[in-house]
Amino acid sequence: MHESTATLRVCALYPDLMNIYADRGNLLMLERRCRWRGLGFALDGAGLGDALDPGGADLYYVGGGQDRDQELCAGDLVEHKREALHAAAARGAVVLAVCGGFQLLGHSYALGGRTLPGAGLVDLRTVRADGPRLIGNVAIELAIESRFDGVANRVLAGFENHGGRTHLGPGVKPLGRVLRGHGNNGADGLEGVRAGNVIGTYLHGPLLPKNAWFADWLIATALRLERPLAPLDDALEDLAHADARKAAGL
Amino acid sequence: MTALDAKIVAARTVGTLVRRAGRGGGTSLPGKLLIALEPRAIGELAARLPDGCAVISATNGKTTTAAMVASILARSGHRLVHNRAGANMAGGIASTLLASARRGGRIDGDLGLFEVDEFWLARVIDELHPRAVLLSNLFRDQLDRYGELETIADRWAGVAAALPAASRLVLCADDPLIADLGRSAAAEVSYFGVEDPAVALPAMQHAADSKHCRRCGAAYRYESIYVGHLGSYHCPSCGQRRPEPSIRAEAVVLEGVASATFTLVMPAGSRRVRLPLPGLYNVYNALGAAALGLALGARLDAIAAGLEAVSAAFGRAERIMVGDVELSILLIKNPAGANEILRTLALEPGSLDLLALLNDRTADGRDVSWVWDADFELVASKVSSAVCSGTRAAELALRLKYAGVPVRRLRVVPEPAQALDAALAGTAGGRLFALPTYTALLALREELAERGHAPGWWAP
Repeated sequence: MHESTATLRVCALYPDLMNIYADRGNLLMLERRCRWRGLGFALDGAGLGDALDPGGADLYYVGGGQDRDQELCAGDLVEHKREALHAAAARGAVVLAVCGGFQLLGHSYALGGRTLPGAGLVDLRTVRADGPRLIGNVAIELAIESRFDGVANRVLAGFENHGGRTHLGPGVKPLGRVLRGHGNNGADGLEGVRAGNVIGTYLHGPLLPKNAWFADWLIATALRLERPLAPLDDALEDLAHADARKAAGL
Repeated sequence: MTALDAKIVAARTVGTLVRRAGRGGGTSLPGKLLIALEPRAIGELAARLPDGCAVISATNGKTTTAAMVASILARSGHRLVHNRAGANMAGGIASTLLASARRGGRIDGDLGLFEVDEFWLARVIDELHPRAVLLSNLFRDQLDRYGELETIADRWAGVAAALPAASRLVLCADDPLIADLGRSAAAEVSYFGVEDPAVALPAMQHAADSKHCRRCGAAYRYESIYVGHLGSYHCPSCGQRRPEPSIRAEAVVLEGVASATFTLVMPAGSRRVRLPLPGLYNVYNALGAAALGLALGARLDAIAAGLEAVSAAFGRAERIMVGDVELSILLIKNPAGANEILRTLALEPGSLDLLALLNDRTADGRDVSWVWDADFELVASKVSSAVCSGTRAAELALRLKYAGVPVRRLRVVPEPAQALDAALAGTAGGRLFALPTYTALLALREELAERGHAPGWWAP
């Protein structure tokens, strides 16, 4: 797609329920970084009971929520949005799911005596363990490809706070490798999930303000741009990224 | 000398040594030591108070509300034992009691007034056996430390249900999470709330919590929203609705960062009150203080006079002259609280010079996500300069940039003393607004004290 005519269409799932860790910051990063470059930006929301348009967005976003809200959304996701989300992913739309949203990407989330269903978009399961919540600053390393730069090793830094332990199915790729922090389950050194343009992660903080490069990667990928995005003055973004890495102990 | 007296002397000696060594306030250390020596120290010392004690908890406004209650009760002739510096976990409460304890099983004061951290409420109430408890609000706050809001609400429900019938429970009618605590209480319950649609928000703010009925899970319908999720609401599904408050604020007039005026309506009559603290959030604090004062036997005249005479609690809308610049210090610590500060600043005429300090230490919350939930957009177009400081200074500058403040108006100066200098030098209009998180507030206050502009924060 040509940059000057492009509009990034974002659909946030459950924007008033799944927003606990300042997920708004992620959406704001996408919006501003599009507009500063003359790209259009359109934000839509799909709440409880709403149907999801599988062709309606270039990027689908699911944030984190409290247990009670997550449970409401899990049931609704399976009933009203699962098939559309599968269709969107199949046509190459970006799906970015953070924290509670990441958990809902998988088959199930077992907590206490009950099990929440998931979208089944990737082969992973989450279990609420008896141990302490996994909380703290976190940094991960990932190899990420772009059609302009080839594959590069990059760092994402953020904050994690989750009671669930997520386990990837056989052959499923994580988003990255844990450098500092707990990651998916505090045991296997893996963080998040990556299946094509479907991305799940426990990194909030929020994620994109601390990792402006990743916001740009998402924009370019979602819009399938033919040329690299114009550079911006990222002095503050770079400082914030450096502080987040430092907070994680890198 | 009793066994407890000996432990008190030991704990107090350590506190004195720490303070002399210049290790900051040392506010809660003697109390922690006393608890280590005598695990039931809080209960034993509180039992010495002839008129018992009262407890205040909330996510936002604890320290200011307690200062208001203290001002009311001082006019009712009470001598208080009060953790006024805001050290509100077990160690801080034990320290306060320790400082007032006298030999021979006596205590210097007749009534205890304690603000208590929301996480410690159950434990501390078990020991204090308060005669009155004020619970004001629950907002999203420091998720890394406190966990989810619903978890705290569940704990508090246990606390409220366990209060004996002879005690008083004072609740905010406008916060559905709080109001619901009155449902199964044995204690005598009174409610307070705002009734003035003219000061309601046009829509629910982004970071609002508790939008769903505590009883049945359906979405509340709001007739008015005043602060965050505080307002007039009902559940269309199960019929739960805001209880009718017997202590109310009507005809509210907000006057920038200086003051707020409202009509205080109580069962005994009403008074026009000019509160020397700003914002609708302080009107809520004043209502809670009035309702608790009433539950403790204060009369309407003492309540109104006490509210009008209150001075800003430490770092809460406190104003200090620094040379020829008037510095207003407004603590920010979570989205709901920060939004009320920002809403108040937006009412100020002219442009704003800011000194914003974001730390990520344990007492601030290590997770700085919340600054992205706070509505800095409310003031973005008014900011003429903002110096950002603290351990996460760049993150805060970034937040302001994405809220719409031009980058040329932003500076990142992580070290607080240098940031203060930079902000004072860049202040055009003779007024500077400092927005620190909790530990940044301590650092800023210490720096101001060293420069001779403010007393040390541990001063009584």
